[in-house]
Amino acid sequence: MLIDWQPVWLTLKLATLTTVLLLLIGTPIAWWLSQTGSRFRHAISAVVALPIVLPPTVLGFYLLVFLGPHGPGGAFTTWLGLGTLPFTFAGLVVASVFYSLPFVVQPIQNAFEAIGKRPLEVAATLGAGPWDRFFSVAVPLARPGFLSAMVLGFAHTVGEFGVVLMIGGNIPGETKVLSVAIYDHVETLEYAQAHILSAGMVGFAFVVLLGLYLVNGRFTSASARHEGRA
Amino acid sequence: MAICKGIEFQLHTSRGAFSLDVKLHIPSQGITALFGHSGSGKTTLLRAIAGLEKCAGYMHFGKEIWQEQGRVFLAPEQRPIAYVFQEASLFPHLNVRENLEFGLKRTPAHKQRVDLAETITWLGLDHLLRRSPDGLSGGERQRVAIARALLSSPELLLMDEPLSALDGKARAEIFPYLERLHTELSIPVIYVTHAMEEVARLADHMVQLEAGRVVAEGAAVDLLSRLHQRPVAGEEPGAVIEARLAAHDEAHHLSELSLAAGLTLLAPKLDAEPGTLVRIRIPAREVSISLQLPEGTSILNILPARIIDFAEGDPGRVLVQLELEGGVIRLLSRISRYSWDRLGLHKGKQVQAQIKSMGLAR
Repeated sequence: MLIDWQPVWLTLKLATLTTVLLLLIGTPIAWWLSQTGSRFRHAISAVVALPIVLPPTVLGFYLLVFLGPHGPGGAFTTWLGLGTLPFTFAGLVVASVFYSLPFVVQPIQNAFEAIGKRPLEVAATLGAGPWDRFFSVAVPLARPGFLSAMVLGFAHTVGEFGVVLMIGGNIPGETKVLSVAIYDHVETLEYAQAHILSAGMVGFAFVVLLGLYLVNGRFTSASARHEGRA
Repeated sequence: MAICKGIEFQLHTSRGAFSLDVKLHIPSQGITALFGHSGSGKTTLLRAIAGLEKCAGYMHFGKEIWQEQGRVFLAPEQRPIAYVFQEASLFPHLNVRENLEFGLKRTPAHKQRVDLAETITWLGLDHLLRRSPDGLSGGERQRVAIARALLSSPELLLMDEPLSALDGKARAEIFPYLERLHTELSIPVIYVTHAMEEVARLADHMVQLEAGRVVAEGAAVDLLSRLHQRPVAGEEPGAVIEARLAAHDEAHHLSELSLAAGLTLLAPKLDAEPGTLVRIRIPAREVSISLQLPEGTSILNILPARIIDFAEGDPGRVLVQLELEGGVIRLLSRISRYSWDRLGLHKGKQVQAQIKSMGLAR
């Protein structure tokens, strides 16, 4: 029996691209949220966390409206000469970035907050300016948070379905990712293929989470030893 | 080469019920102790000097303006300071050598005045360089933190209770290094502490804070021998005097100390080389008073003195300030109110001061 690899590669491509973009977008947001005393920070936190609570179809619906030919986002992309994004791979990437944002921002934000002010103050008194402090102290100390963020962002993007269906549709090689492919197989009663892809996903999810817990467990016990000696 | 820059500031801040309101000039040399209870504002003041805390007011370091109300506020990284925190606060993601190099690397080459190899040797860190901060003892960590601060070639060193998080053994390990800051460094040090012992051993100058206000400032030796010392919980009144260790009497396990004005004291053998300058702390309860030179006494140190002031503190007791011959050295003596009356003591009276025991402060 032939496995259709196309949705697998498409999914990996989507998840990788989304994770990279999310690290670039999510890190400054997480840093700002962890450092600011602004009264808007709770509002921004709530907006970032919305995709955790909302049904994916709601997010997908609004993105479809926003990015469609009559929406402001669609008008903008048309003006740029990109056409409209729904039912394209680029549209899927945009949707995934929104959808997985909290899963990247929150672990990084928690890690930044756990550092506390002291190491940054020490760095300042030793002559390190704000950017220097961020890259030479904050980022290395938040490494476990970045690992969690990457794994969760990637895995969550792999697992999305509702948003993809709303905004991506089911175009082979363009928007037909794993979760949609499985749905398709079941619809057409190709249970064997559905089994192969589904079992693969279960295995993938387990391995990813196991790896995450092992890595974070190592960090936590290392820092627990550190505390114990202090 | 001495870099003569005093620091002058007036600062104000308030946070809830606490307010800090100080105007000070801190000398360009030596160790200045900021002394006071917890909550007196000494750490807040130190953080304001570092630029870690924003207060209203101005701050000048020599001719440099660090802060000028509403116009100038230099960030900590723009001030030529180094700060040793209460907990060593080493970077856990860097090993000892990388921690040491953190400030060094960020100091422009023409401003580097402290040598890495020398500092490592001085603070005995050679065998620790590849270790992670996790594996160090409290004393070792604080030594690394002190070295790291020095290696950024600061023009002003700020220390926030660097001994208070350490146990007795680790404190004893760090003390000698702090004492040698005097001889090794030509820069001023501001040292926050609530321990009288540390002031007595280390400080040249002293600023005492209470509830965010300066209540006493001056030379540490003078302030510590004052009659009306501001009470500090758990601290006995006592005088601190400076002396030169003249010689050891090995047979009797004694050390001979020469004081200003040609006076001599005998102390239990001190752990120091002849010729070194030492600080002796003489608690007021260890000094008694007699009218005549007593005969056949076991007390070694009996010096003629004059009563210059007295104060009644605890019920039934009198704290007496004595001036030794030559008029330079002052002692404190605590005697009972009964003895004071019975001996007919008063200001200006010539007496004999008997010193029962004393200890090395430095």
